[in-house]
Amino acid sequence: MAVKKRRKGPVVENEIINLTNVSKAYSTGAPALKDVNLHISRGEFVFIVGDSGSGKSTLIKLLLRELTISSGYINVMGYDLSKIKHRKIPKFRRNLGIVFQDFRLLKDRNVYENVAFAQRIIQKSNKEIKKNVPSILAIVGLAGKYKAKPRQLSGGEQQRVALARALVNQPTILLADEPTGNLDPKNSWEIMKLLEQINENGTTVIVVTHNREIVNAMQKRVVTLRRGVIISDEEKGGYIDED
Amino acid sequence: MRISTFFYTLKQGLRNIFRNKLFSLASIATIAACLFLFGIFYAVLANFQHIVKNAEEGVSVWVFFEEGIEDIRIQQIGDMIAKRPEVAKMEFISAQEAWEGFRDEYLGEYGDGFTENPLENSANYQVYLNDVSMQSALVTYLESIDGVRMVNRSELVATTLTGINALIAYVSVGIIAILLAVSIFLISNTVAIGISVRKEEINIMKYIGATDFFVRSPFVVEGIMIGLIGAAMPLGFIYTIYNVVLAYVTDRFPQLSSLLSFVAVGEVFHVLVPISLGLGVGIGFLGSIVTVRRHLRV
Ligand SMILES: Nc1ncnc2c1ncn2[C@@H]1O[C@H](COP(=O)(O)OP(=O)(O)O)[C@@H](O)[C@H]1O
Ligand SMILES: [Mg+2]
Repeated sequence: MAVKKRRKGPVVENEIINLTNVSKAYSTGAPALKDVNLHISRGEFVFIVGDSGSGKSTLIKLLLRELTISSGYINVMGYDLSKIKHRKIPKFRRNLGIVFQDFRLLKDRNVYENVAFAQRIIQKSNKEIKKNVPSILAIVGLAGKYKAKPRQLSGGEQQRVALARALVNQPTILLADEPTGNLDPKNSWEIMKLLEQINENGTTVIVVTHNREIVNAMQKRVVTLRRGVIISDEEKGGYIDED
Repeated sequence: MRISTFFYTLKQGLRNIFRNKLFSLASIATIAACLFLFGIFYAVLANFQHIVKNAEEGVSVWVFFEEGIEDIRIQQIGDMIAKRPEVAKMEFISAQEAWEGFRDEYLGEYGDGFTENPLENSANYQVYLNDVSMQSALVTYLESIDGVRMVNRSELVATTLTGINALIAYVSVGIIAILLAVSIFLISNTVAIGISVRKEEINIMKYIGATDFFVRSPFVVEGIMIGLIGAAMPLGFIYTIYNVVLAYVTDRFPQLSSLLSFVAVGEVFHVLVPISLGLGVGIGFLGSIVTVRRHLRV
């Protein structure tokens, strides 16, 4: 882990994500994030909620280093993301698992290959792939469907494949941007329960969601964004309605 | 790189080619056309040079002396000519030999009527050159020597041979250059389409932490394979044609083939195979790397 040259913000135990006074403006329009301060410890489960356009996806993209901040300080797993060298980004991302609302599976490859894909990219040996992929498919409950193509699966099943792909490389942090946005309540619950289980096994989990019922029921930390500003950050929080 | 990664990259490269059949085929065809022409030109040129080389060995310059020159001066002139770098070989022909040669070749038995040598002043040096193109320099020099009356040369043969040689070279270089540019352009387009088709997959790869090298190499592999296939096809084609043409000429024009010696197919391919494959790989690599660098700024 990189030596921290500068420390920003309050001292947080076991901190894994540190955003201090972060703003992000796209080339057009009002800033998507304004003066955001967010500190997350290793092993936490955090919901990010807020209305459409409030900056949730922008926040996720900053954490991925898909985007760079406009001002402030951002450190994820010891990487100072406004200073990270281009060629170090792949190594940084290998510690992240990412899940999207639209699954983003490879449509021409079966379940097994979709998950194995993540391992091939980080150049795991075939031997390791043959061991890791079936065990992760068993965890998400898809052991029996490893030969199916994505179009032969339900939305919930497709999201499990995406989850398996995100988990197979054993990430330190799992980022999920509206993972249940396309799913019915039953499947949404199942995916959330899986995320909780993953978190219980030690992975830091950050979930962007619109699902009020689930947020209120799960009693986790909830960070609420409104027009690019964090308006609330509560342990065991609930879904805050817009006024 | 791991072996499994290598094979994975190879497989993805092949996959790209098949997914994008139309453009792949167009690229392969252009490269094949380019290298086919190149191969034909090379084969023709190799044979031409072979023939010219043989012909050049017969190209000579004749040096005649002033009347009443002393034998010792002829000897000195001979020494001077022998020192010239252009000279491959030289021979002294006495007046007697010159006459006998002329008589035997053109007069036959009619020549028996002559009692004196009508070619009294025809003693000469017959000088063979290393290279036709050196002829004029040598002739200028020879004409300036004291005691030399006249220098004869085979002007036409010399200039025609060098001229044709150069023309073939220029035309072929021109056409090949154009085709090369078209090939690179087409490969680069093929790869660009492959990249746009796989945009989503590339994005996922980047999220998962693929290195630039890993993302880019299947496309470079695609380009190189297209280049290799495009190079291999005309080689097979030319090999067949070459043998057929050679057999035909030897069969139909036996006198011609005894006059002109052709280069063996093995000798032509000894050079043509590595150059063609090298060009194919080069075109493929260049065409893809340019595009990959432009479109996959990860
Ligand atoms: N690529 C972009 N270029 C310009 N503006 C953008 C871009 N992406 C998002 N925005 C704007 O930034 C704000 C936050 O967007 P986003 O982070 O996607 O919100 P959310 O995920 O909460 O719905 C919105 O006003 C949106 O229009
Ligand atoms: Mg969003």
